This record gives sequence, structure tokens and C-alpha cells, in this order.
Amino acid sequence: MYTTDQYEGILAETVTLPGANGEWINAFFARPLGKGPFPGLVLAHHMPGWDEWYRETTFKFALHGYATITPNLYFRAGHGTPEDVAAKVRAEGGVPDDQAVGDLAGAMKYLRPLPYINGKVGIFGTCSGGRHAYLAACRVPGFDAIVDCWGGNVVMPPEALNEKRPVAPIDYTKDLSCPILGLFGNDDTSPSPEQVDQHEAELKKYGKDYEFHRYDGAGHGFFYYIYKAYRQEQAMDGWKKVFAFLKKHLTT
Amino acid sequence: MCTMIVEKVKIEGSGKGTGGWFKLEGANVSYDHPFDAPYEHALNIDFVNESLGPSARVAVELSESAARALVQTILNVLEQAEAGGHLARR
Repeated sequence: MYTTDQYEGILAETVTLPGANGEWINAFFARPLGKGPFPGLVLAHHMPGWDEWYRETTFKFALHGYATITPNLYFRAGHGTPEDVAAKVRAEGGVPDDQAVGDLAGAMKYLRPLPYINGKVGIFGTCSGGRHAYLAACRVPGFDAIVDCWGGNVVMPPEALNEKRPVAPIDYTKDLSCPILGLFGNDDTSPSPEQVDQHEAELKKYGKDYEFHRYDGAGHGFFYYIYKAYRQEQAMDGWKKVFAFLKKHLTT
Repeated sequence: MCTMIVEKVKIEGSGKGTGGWFKLEGANVSYDHPFDAPYEHALNIDFVNESLGPSARVAVELSESAARALVQTILNVLEQAEAGGHLARR
């Protein structure tokens, strides 16, 4: 817990790293100053892109003691404002799952050998980032905890599968290699409460270590103070749960 | 990409973006998360020229009722233009 007599320092900068297929992408990296050891954390940004909210959230986790990296999953779409780039990706139907997973794996591999990492790396994502984080935690060894905030399209009907999304994330559940925290709004339509039920049933079926919390009076994106979706009470409780979960699984 | 509902259409015309006027080559129409409009999902139209990069974009984010009213209004105006002899009857 922070107290006002503490020295505090954060180093934050844009870095580059090899993502999917060894292709170089950029990432925003923020870490506490000092020798550590610090747990590592990869953030999977949401559909609106590698935006200010995600850069702020990268700082937020660093302030809480995590060496945190947020890869730009839209790097290959070109450069412009985060909104313009995200709009281009939206028009293309999103990024391929394999590419997002490869980029997130690259960010995890960037963190692991750093001398101040405590040997543990988690992953956090919201919206499409929650879905991408779940895919990465199921398909890539090396994550020690995952936080999935309202990841949509984890449950997908067969007709929704396509070349970019050939497998529904829920179908990888048996391979999930770490504990998961899920936060969801009961007014959300993607994922709907019924889809969250299906996801939870699948985790239970395979004996996974999971913790799901569902909030009344909240819909999709209730952490986002920049949108009308923000719900102060639910968001503050959700953040407490996020930090308690990460502390339990990444610092002990 | 939470709905992934999007269609692209080739168009001709001009759009005025942050850098001034540019030639349009397409419109991307989606029903997905907006960036600014206060809805979980909106009818989003991006008028773009991809050859000029992601910033060559004129964006609107509309409520469902606004989008339907806009479509009808465009059709009404084109009909008036036809009736006035400004456009050839289709």
C-alpha cells in the first residue's frame, strides 16, 4: 500500500519487440524503478486500440508494482491516431487470433529474462483484449495468471467462426495453464450472462482455478471512465479484486 | 471487435478530415463499439482513403434511429433531385 512518505519512480517508454512470426511491433512499457523483483504483466488492449486508457492503465499497474507492457496489437495496420488505426482494424474485422496471440506471447517473452522480474508474468485484457488474453493464456505456456474483463466472443457459434477466428476461445479451455479472474457486467450483451455461464461451466468441467464476479447495474466496459459505460462503484470493487488476485498469484 | 458486424463499400467523392479535403475511395460501415458516441454499440461510418493511411478518415457514429433517419433522408433528397430533373431517373 502506498503511503505519502515513500519514494516512488516509474520508468515508462515505447519499446519494440518481436511479436507474431518474429515481426517487430511496438509496445508501451512502464515499470517501477529499483531492482525489484517485480512481477511482470502483459496488457491486451481493447477494440478501441492502443489508446490513452491503456497507456494510463499501463502506468497504473506499474504504480502498483508490476513491470507492465502493452503491445500494440494493431501495429501492422499502420500509424495514425489510436482511433484512426483502430477504425481501420474494425473495418478489417479485427486482427487474426494467431497474430494477437503471437504478439502477446512476444510481450511475455520480452519480460521474462529482464533482471528485475520475479519469475512470474500475468496477463490482463478487456473487451476484445479479454478474449485475446484468454486465448494467449490457453495457447501459450508461460503465463501465471489471467484477468479477463468482459471478454466478448469467448463463446462463439460455429457460424461466427472465420479465417481470422477459426476456433472459439472456450474450446481451448482444457489447455488453460493458470488461474483466471473474470469480471463481467450483468447488463452486457457480449458476453451475455448466459455466455458467462457457459464459460464458467467449461472451467468447472476441466477443474480450472477460476474466480468469476458478476456485477448488477453494469454492462460492457464498466471500468472505462472515458465512456458512458463507467460504473464507479462496480469499477472500484473490480479493481480491488484485480489487485488482490494478481498479488495472490504473481507475488507469492 | 465485439460484434464484428462490418461492411465495406467503394464510393467516390471527397471528405474533409483533419488535414483538409481528400479523395474518398470507400466507406466502412459497422455496428460496433463507437469511440465517442455514448452507446455500447453504434452505427459507425468511416469515409476513408486507405491509400493515404489510417488518418484519411471522416467518421460519424450514429444511434440506430439517427442512422435509419439519415438513410431515409438521403433517399428522399435523391428522389427530389430526380423529380426536379437534376438526376436521371433510375
